[in-house]
Amino acid sequence: MTALQIWNIPGGIHPAERKELSNRTPVQTAPLAKRLTLPLAQHIGASAEPVVSVGERVLKGQLIAAANGFVSAPVHAPTSGTVSFIGPQPYPHVSGMLAPAIVIDSDGLDEWIELTPCADYCDLEHSVLLERIRQAGISGLGGAGFPAAVKLIARPTQKIHTLIINGTECEPYITADDLLMRTYANELISGIDILVQLIQPDQVLIGIEDNKPEAIAAVRAALNERSYQLKVFPTKYPSGGEKQLIQILTGVEVPSGGLPADIGMLCQNVGTCVAIHDAVVHGKPLISRITTLTGEALAQPMNVEVLLGTPVDELLAFAGLQPSKLNRLIMGGPMMGFTLPDFAVPVIKTTNCLLASTAAELPPAPPAMPCIRCGECAEACPASLLPQQLHFFAIGQEHEQLKAHNLFDCIECGACAYVCPSSIPLVQYYRAAKSEIRELEQKQLKAEQSKQRFELRQERLRRAEEQKEADRLARAAKAAAAKAAQTAAAETGDAPATVKPAGPSDEQKKLKIEASMAQVALKKAEKQLATHATPELQAQVEELRSAAAAAQQALDAAMAATPPTAPAAAADDGALKKAKIDAAMLRAQLRKLEKLEEPSSEQQAELQQLRGQLEAAEKLLASLQAEAPAVAAPKPAADDGALKKAKIDAAMLRAQLRKLEKLEEPSSEQQVELQQLRGQLEAAEKLLASLQAEAPAAAAKPTEASTVDPLKKAKIELAMKRAELKKAEKAESDEATLGALRAAVAQAEQALHDAEAASAKPAPELVRTDKKPIDEATRALKTEVAFARADLRKLERDDGSAADALTAARQRLADAEQQLAEHQSA
Amino acid sequence: MSLVLSAVLALLALCLVAGAILGFAAIRFKVEGNPIAEQINALLPQTQCGQCGYPGCKPYAEAIAGGDKINKCPPGGEATIQALADLLDVEAEPLDAVEGEKPQMVAYIREAECIGCTKCIQACPVDAIVGAAKQMHTVIVSECTGCDLCVEPCPVDCIDMLEVGSSVQSWKWQKPLAPGQLIASDREQVA
Repeated sequence: MTALQIWNIPGGIHPAERKELSNRTPVQTAPLAKRLTLPLAQHIGASAEPVVSVGERVLKGQLIAAANGFVSAPVHAPTSGTVSFIGPQPYPHVSGMLAPAIVIDSDGLDEWIELTPCADYCDLEHSVLLERIRQAGISGLGGAGFPAAVKLIARPTQKIHTLIINGTECEPYITADDLLMRTYANELISGIDILVQLIQPDQVLIGIEDNKPEAIAAVRAALNERSYQLKVFPTKYPSGGEKQLIQILTGVEVPSGGLPADIGMLCQNVGTCVAIHDAVVHGKPLISRITTLTGEALAQPMNVEVLLGTPVDELLAFAGLQPSKLNRLIMGGPMMGFTLPDFAVPVIKTTNCLLASTAAELPPAPPAMPCIRCGECAEACPASLLPQQLHFFAIGQEHEQLKAHNLFDCIECGACAYVCPSSIPLVQYYRAAKSEIRELEQKQLKAEQSKQRFELRQERLRRAEEQKEADRLARAAKAAAAKAAQTAAAETGDAPATVKPAGPSDEQKKLKIEASMAQVALKKAEKQLATHATPELQAQVEELRSAAAAAQQALDAAMAATPPTAPAAAADDGALKKAKIDAAMLRAQLRKLEKLEEPSSEQQAELQQLRGQLEAAEKLLASLQAEAPAVAAPKPAADDGALKKAKIDAAMLRAQLRKLEKLEEPSSEQQVELQQLRGQLEAAEKLLASLQAEAPAAAAKPTEASTVDPLKKAKIELAMKRAELKKAEKAESDEATLGALRAAVAQAEQALHDAEAASAKPAPELVRTDKKPIDEATRALKTEVAFARADLRKLERDDGSAADALTAARQRLADAEQQLAEHQSA
Repeated sequence: MSLVLSAVLALLALCLVAGAILGFAAIRFKVEGNPIAEQINALLPQTQCGQCGYPGCKPYAEAIAGGDKINKCPPGGEATIQALADLLDVEAEPLDAVEGEKPQMVAYIREAECIGCTKCIQACPVDAIVGAAKQMHTVIVSECTGCDLCVEPCPVDCIDMLEVGSSVQSWKWQKPLAPGQLIASDREQVA
């Protein structure tokens, strides 16, 4: 066995070991603390998530915080008791900051949760075994605290051929692993068996420094016939570093920036192996560990098996702390540990040593002197770095140079600072530089992310804007097309009016609405009459009743009159149009012939013939046009249309006439045409005048514009006057202006009343004050009417809306009005 | 004479060939955009806060490339100014901001008071606020750049800017004082 080859690492130092302080006594059990504080982050990776709530009773070994993500580890209750607090608590960290933790008040019973031991793990499936280790919350107990299960998950690309068990414990003062190997050698070997079962390595190497003869003997005895190789090598700091140990035992160097797994190796601490044994064989999660209590300020330095979460001050009191002697309390060893700013912090999974040192034992570092470039540090560096160069680059914040000089391969062992004759705190420079670089990289990453998000957002907004613009253009084009179609329709005369005979005509509609409105007004008045019967109201109601009856009659008459007249009108219009087209065509032909410079005799004859035809056509047209008003006159429904048409005709004729008049030397034909046109225009104007004279007669219907208009005008006047008054009041104008305005408003009101009296329409209820508030149903019905009206208007405004949709909307409005009227009368 | 002529001709030929190559390269390998602005943009913190007076980091980067001052970025602070000064080889100037350098902030919406108006969502330059009309909104902390732009449009003032506190995870080691900066007795006092 001694013939096993070992290799050497570069650098390294030999500080005073001081292990004899604590390795003389067997491992003792620390007393149960009253209150245990369990930080959620006791490992590298994401903090665990609490799964218990304040006030809950927990049993020893119960899960209290679950792993949160892949690189994470759960936390278990170290004893039975009650969860008394979840939140920020003192945390063993050099900053002295608080960190989230679960506090358990122990009940002293130390009552275990039901465990599921498994003595024969050989039958367990690979994944089940791994899950047991994961669920036990085991993280590396050597000091870094990387979750053990994550390390054990096989990588598909690289098989682990060498398992290395780290029992080196190279740092001075610490004897926790030494005592652990002495006490739990069999459990250690069993834990290694489990690891072997799990990862099936080709070889297993156990590395122990030669300053632990008793541990070596114990492990050797426990090994029995197993083929694991126990390698003992000379003591040197820092042989216990993972990469250094691999180099010592195998001669292979872990590549820069890489992991041992990259070269097919896996390293586990002896404490972790024992914890794995406990987890698999006994089913116990990781709730305690062996910690060294040492230093000259302690009366009885020793190793204790301590429950996680036990406060450091209680532990030190157990070891007989002499406060007067204490200078610095260090968690970890003197080389890599850190000074605890607060003694109330708990022991966590990575706490392997508490060093209560006196001032003489670990004197404060003398002030740093400038570097003298002696090169001692480079000789001491176990990672073959150039600490001196790194130091200067760190001062100058030359991050690129630091990275180029492999700052991130520094294991922060402190060997360089230990040998530095100028007492420069080199490791602190490296730590500061590392965290600075990491922070900058994080910022850079975040900036990159933000930039991406910003650019994507800009792109999205731009797209949305473009879409909006395109939509807008499409809408504009559609509107223009609709308008063009409308004007085209207007030019071709009243064709659209005749092409949609379906449904009631405008006139009928108007009549219908009038009738229903009159009905509504009548109902309203009747209701008022029912509530307060006055003679005026009585008279008003009578009046309204007759008005409503008249409206209904008018509607009925219109309805009865339309069907027979409509086709006739259509036929008339058709004949007229045909005659017009014929005349136009003849005229065009004639003009074509006239343009020929030397017309042949045949052509001459043709010309004559054409002229004759044209004359005949024009005569026919004139007669038809003269007839048209006569046809239009008896049907009141077509009055408006006829009037409009007459106007258009007149305007067109006038335009044509003007055009001809403008010609400087009119030919004889043109002269004739001019005459003809003048005659036509006269006829058209006459027709127009007669139609216009007829219109007031037609307006005897309740729709009559001339009586409604003054009413509206008066109303508008009143509203304007009122607004003016309000404005003036708001502007705090002087009394004279206000008075004048008030008078104007009163006048406008009076005018409105007069107009109302003059109009055929019933006067709006002047007895407004005692109208009772409308009930729910009325409001709903009124709302329905308003909605129906709005829908109808919208449809009417849109040229593209279908005729049946329009009729449906109209029907809806009429129905709603009907309902409202019925409800109000009821 | 012919020697001189041939020399001149040779030089002329060389000039023409070189000119043709350069002309071709100028077209073939033309760089789109301003590479300097890109480099400057990479140094800016990308908070898109607009405190420099430009609508985002990229416009400011382009402005710097066009000759604007480098000290208008409060979120970047002295570090960014230094980096820009190094890149552009100009003098680093003190930060041009009333309140000086501010610590890293993050927006926080008091969700009970949020009325769901989506105004902050529209203001956020990096889409770090989630929510919908009449639904409660919240900030994605990991995406928030702390730019402040969501605070002003909020009609109910339910957005706070909180300082990103340091935790055990974000704590970092301080660089020790350079050797020789303190004499021994003072250093003992400090320690």
